[in-house]
Amino acid sequence: MPSTDRTRRPGLRRLVGLLAALAGSLTAGAQAPPPQAARFVVVLDAAHGGDDAGATLTNQDGSRQPEKNFTLALSVRLRSLLAARGFAVVTTRESDAAADGDTRAAIANRALPRACLSLHASDSGSGVHLFVSSLSPVEKTLLLPWKTAQGAWVTDSLALAGVLNSALGHAGMTVTLGRTALPAVDSMTCPAVAVEIAPEMTADHAQPTHLDDAGYQARVADALAAAMVQWRSTSRAEAPQP
Amino acid sequence: MIPRYQTVLFAILVVASIVMGVVLWQLRARAHERLLAGQDSAPTQAPLVAPAEEATLLVASDADNSLMTQMLSLPLPPSPGARAKAVLGKLMELYAMPNAAHPVPGGAASIAQVFLMPVPLDSGQPAPALTKPPRPGQPGASGSDSGPQLAVVNLTGAFAAGHPSGLETETLTVLSICATLHANLPSVTEVRFLVDGQPRSTLAGHADLTRTYLAADATPTEGNPQ
Repeated sequence: MPSTDRTRRPGLRRLVGLLAALAGSLTAGAQAPPPQAARFVVVLDAAHGGDDAGATLTNQDGSRQPEKNFTLALSVRLRSLLAARGFAVVTTRESDAAADGDTRAAIANRALPRACLSLHASDSGSGVHLFVSSLSPVEKTLLLPWKTAQGAWVTDSLALAGVLNSALGHAGMTVTLGRTALPAVDSMTCPAVAVEIAPEMTADHAQPTHLDDAGYQARVADALAAAMVQWRSTSRAEAPQP
Repeated sequence: MIPRYQTVLFAILVVASIVMGVVLWQLRARAHERLLAGQDSAPTQAPLVAPAEEATLLVASDADNSLMTQMLSLPLPPSPGARAKAVLGKLMELYAMPNAAHPVPGGAASIAQVFLMPVPLDSGQPAPALTKPPRPGQPGASGSDSGPQLAVVNLTGAFAAGHPSGLETETLTVLSICATLHANLPSVTEVRFLVDGQPRSTLAGHADLTRTYLAADATPTEGNPQ
């Protein structure tokens, strides 16, 4: 019955094609990394810019540089290190441009990042100062007040500060932890830490390592990058398995 | 020929003129001495209008990002607002001293005023309890400090302009002011800041001055320095 064979063969071909397509999609699904794992976004916020020069920093030769230049240079260096380690990096500024706290928070929040680092520098104190928002923790809800949105992420931010503290400590740097009220960070909806770099003082405060020391900058950037790698591992380990 | 009585009279007048000149010279010298003596005895220090009391200052240290308790004996006026200004003025004096652990120029003049008022009812704090008003002369006799109080600290523009810029240094200044107020006036639970009587976004580019600070949160607890 040729007519019957003709009608069966196309049905068989369709079935085989469907099975092949299903197998192909399963294979492709097994080979491709999960979309969430591939997109681990880190926001780098180089503080100040434009007319807002920030603090005035003292160099090794006694000359001065504005904080905005230092934070931008650190942001560029850190962006390269993180990109080389597979992070998707979003920066709030790439040049000497002014941006207020709301703009910085808006850029960060749009990127749906897993970590935000607000980069600062100062001549006061010693080593690296890590600051987390002083807002009280609140539950995450769909709508949050703009000025206190960070309250829903404060617990995560404290955990991120712990990872940063550990990495910087391993790199041999003096680290102090604190809480502060910083407008840009208080509006960020992500684990956020303000990182302030200060000259590294010796025990007798006689030979400080200034902020323009290339070796010191490299140590800080490497330690921050290592902390981000550790934070990514921690986040993936704690993420719910499908 | 000059008569004899005229000669005698002339001689007497000359002698009287010389004597009067000597007396006037001596009076001038005495008046000058009195003037110098008066300048020496002028007060060089403000008179103490209040008895000395023990005040608690929470002094910031940039080296370890901490607040350390320091007890000092200060003449404190009975009025809570004036007492708060005096204590904060002393704190600023410590910061303006050479080799201070938290160097900030300005001194006692950095604090223009401190206003105390009841905490607004919509701020999440419990309503102030109605209590019997204290007698005049007692600490807290202003009639407005029977419950939780909001302290409004008015800083001078010169202080804000001269404050070092930095996340740590600005945060420490704000926290030490809040903690010192709470330590000396426990009824102060919230603190707000003005600069020259006007709201200001940040102290020197970092620490937020638009928000209300909870004074108790700034006070370091045992084994947990700020």
